[in-house]
Amino acid sequence: MDKYLEMIRIRFLMMLAYRTNYYTGILIYSINIGAYYFLWTAIYGGKHHMVGLSVIQMTTYVAVSWMARAFYFNNIDREMAMEIMEGKVAVELIKPYNYLGMKTMQGLGEGIFRLLFFSVPGLIIVSLLFPVKFTWNPTVWGLFGISILLSFFINTQLNLLTGITTFFFFNNSGLIRAKRVIIDLFSGLLLPISFFPGWAQNVMKYLPFQGISYIPSMIFTNGFSHQQAMNAIWQQFMWVVVLVLPIQLLWYIAKKQLIIQGG
Amino acid sequence: MNAIEVKDLRKEFKAYSSRTGLKGAFRDLLTRNYKIVPAVNDISFSVKQGEMVGYIGENGAGKSTTIKMLTGILTPTSGKIVVNGMNPHKEREKFVRTIGVVFGQRSQLWWDIAVQESFRLLKKVYKVSDAHYNDHMDHVIKTLDIEPLLDKPVRKLSLGQRMRCELAAALIHNPPLLFLDEPTIGLDVLVKLKIREFLKEINEKYNTTILLTTHDLSDIEALCERVIMLDEGKIIYDGALKSLKDQWGDRKELQFQFLENVNIEGLNQLTAEMSVKWEMDEKEQLFTAVIEDIDELISQVISKVVAAYKIKDVKINETSTEEIIRNIYEKGLV
Repeated sequence: MDKYLEMIRIRFLMMLAYRTNYYTGILIYSINIGAYYFLWTAIYGGKHHMVGLSVIQMTTYVAVSWMARAFYFNNIDREMAMEIMEGKVAVELIKPYNYLGMKTMQGLGEGIFRLLFFSVPGLIIVSLLFPVKFTWNPTVWGLFGISILLSFFINTQLNLLTGITTFFFFNNSGLIRAKRVIIDLFSGLLLPISFFPGWAQNVMKYLPFQGISYIPSMIFTNGFSHQQAMNAIWQQFMWVVVLVLPIQLLWYIAKKQLIIQGG
Repeated sequence: MNAIEVKDLRKEFKAYSSRTGLKGAFRDLLTRNYKIVPAVNDISFSVKQGEMVGYIGENGAGKSTTIKMLTGILTPTSGKIVVNGMNPHKEREKFVRTIGVVFGQRSQLWWDIAVQESFRLLKKVYKVSDAHYNDHMDHVIKTLDIEPLLDKPVRKLSLGQRMRCELAAALIHNPPLLFLDEPTIGLDVLVKLKIREFLKEINEKYNTTILLTTHDLSDIEALCERVIMLDEGKIIYDGALKSLKDQWGDRKELQFQFLENVNIEGLNQLTAEMSVKWEMDEKEQLFTAVIEDIDELISQVISKVVAAYKIKDVKINETSTEEIIRNIYEKGLV
């Protein structure tokens, strides 16, 4: 376990080594939240409620889902693709640790870093600028905490899955980009799932994506009843378990037919 | 116990070939042509604990592929590997604790952070105790002279500095077996010497087994008593470096430079009754006589040539290892 904690620390150091990335990140997220805030106020156009969400809830939803994104989002799929394409994965395989586990920990280190130095100050700034409403109910915070941790795992598992496919396709930057757009759209980051047409909502019930952004944001904005929230977290948990299977399977096959590129 | 035992090891790759032209490119989308190419072709060898073995061969001979199979990165197509008493691929996590690997062309240090942070992580990864680490690594750091580099990020190090740090990183857990894949590639003479000295020292101190691949034969000469030579995936020589030299280095070269115009026919005539092969380097007007290493013969040739022509310079060269190996590859002498 020690080594995994150490990896989180290393990732912190790496994030600190690239401070410019950090500052531009804050800027980009603020612009995004601002843009969605103005878009949604225009869409509401004076109406108080839409599909069960008030304007204030909507603004909070947007702010929280972007801040949660800072935590669950990571680029380990792209990193894995690079490592595999350049043959660096060879060096990882001669270390006595689980490569995928180590990658997950790197993602977690990055996530915790952003949560502390990015989301928290970001949320304070946002709450000063826009009319967002935070709850002080500790149960909601607790459920939200569990929920974003699970969304981190779901998102990271999908990243690992995309990353491993590099072993088979050798260049999968297109797939990585497509995956990112799909997650942003279907996870409810851009549009809450309840705004989708009924048939699409039915389809998405059977997909893991809403567990990434929609569920934690709805929990935080009190868009879910307590029972709904518990069910949603249970659903997230099930996805985390289910996704282990294809990852292990693909990893097993990939290791078998591994070719290290570049000598 | 043998550190490495390899039997009938084979690794095949699929080699894809593209069809020509636009039409061919479209056909490649559907089906691709490929051949099965053996990169390592049924090789067997074993290495004893404490041996230093040079593993040499031309580019693409299968050296790196073998190392990758021995370190458990690649799965062999067929054959048996036992390294440190384990099957590298089956028991990967347990097995890699017992080896150290340096890939000259890839870094195992984290690019953006200080060297000592990488060391710290590796120390945790290999579960090395503080006492053990301090005792062992203090010495390594001192010998490799990397103390002042420890707080610098890897991207700011020169190649030679980085390589010394890589070597130290591979030794954090003091493994009984060390794989070095072209560790001196692109390094200057001083760093090379330092690394060689260091390798010799740990070999003596800890009886570390070292398997070394390199294109620089002076590395092998300085370190290894035994060489394994590979060509097109097959072992073409496995034995002592010395016997290789005795066997194939039994010739001497006499190099002449003349003050007057000399042609090769004249020289051939001059030494007609002796078994001498003359070669000429047109550009530098250098004439080389390749003869057997018999003292009498050498002085006979020299006296004949000196008597017939005015000479500017004479040199007697022994065949170098490099030449022996070039001969073996070119003419397939083994």
